[in-house]
Amino acid sequence: MAINRDCLGREYEAPQPYEVTRGKIREFANAIQDPNPFYTDVEAARAAGYKDVIAPPTFPIIMDMDGVGQAVVDPELGLDFSMVVHGDQRFCYSRPMEAGDVLTSVTRISGIKALGDKEMLTLESEISTVGGEHIVTAVNMLFVRGSTDTSEK
Amino acid sequence: MTATVRYDEVEAGTELPEQTYPVRRVDLIRYAGASGDFNPIHWNERTAKAVGLPDVIAHGMFTMAQAGRLITDWVGDPGAVVEYGVRFSAPVVVPDDDKGAEITVGGVVKEKLGDNLVRITITARSGEAKVLARSTAVVRLS
Repeated sequence: MAINRDCLGREYEAPQPYEVTRGKIREFANAIQDPNPFYTDVEAARAAGYKDVIAPPTFPIIMDMDGVGQAVVDPELGLDFSMVVHGDQRFCYSRPMEAGDVLTSVTRISGIKALGDKEMLTLESEISTVGGEHIVTAVNMLFVRGSTDTSEK
Repeated sequence: MTATVRYDEVEAGTELPEQTYPVRRVDLIRYAGASGDFNPIHWNERTAKAVGLPDVIAHGMFTMAQAGRLITDWVGDPGAVVEYGVRFSAPVVVPDDDKGAEITVGGVVKEKLGDNLVRITITARSGEAKVLARSTAVVRLS
């Protein structure tokens, strides 16, 4: 089952703003077992010029996956999610997320192409403050295995 | 921002000290909760094997986070990372025992880009498998 090319360029907005909190950053930093003080120690982060603790570089995946999640269940896209494998992930930062940021995102289907018996679906999430300041662009490439492909890499 | 590494002190070929990070089943469950990614291939052996995997595998984003730590520990300020991208080239298979698996991460300064920016290439392996490919970070040094 091929992905519907007509969905190229389609956008999915976050249904509500995402508030970055100290507690969520601490929980995420604990989960990746990263003791960097910038994630948990307000004084250390402020001494470096930030307004509050900052989030690890991969923290934006939380908002990115929310956007990707909206796209992959779009019935018009025709995607079988059980066939999806995370291929690439990239982030381009204007600045790190900081506790207290109130953010929104728009996720756009920016690429659909075939590669052998697989398809590659690329999605880009633009994450910015509700005031319009760009924070990070997350680019997510998913491999979609063909329904006839039973091999595993 | 306060990167502890000075642009003038690095050159193409400067190596970042290699690090090895453990990953056990409980780490994946904790990461699932913190990230919101509850795909069962990361905690349920039955599901993992049903889709053709040898066993439960780590979230790719967990591996990306560990490789990111190599960069942020080296540069000092995690906010100095301007760009970070990876390709997931093989899964990190995590057996159901107390030891789990290990991810070994290394990096090298590939080029100096000007404006205090450097591009670092990152490698990561677990056992014999090269788990990240074509992975780079651009960081701003002092």
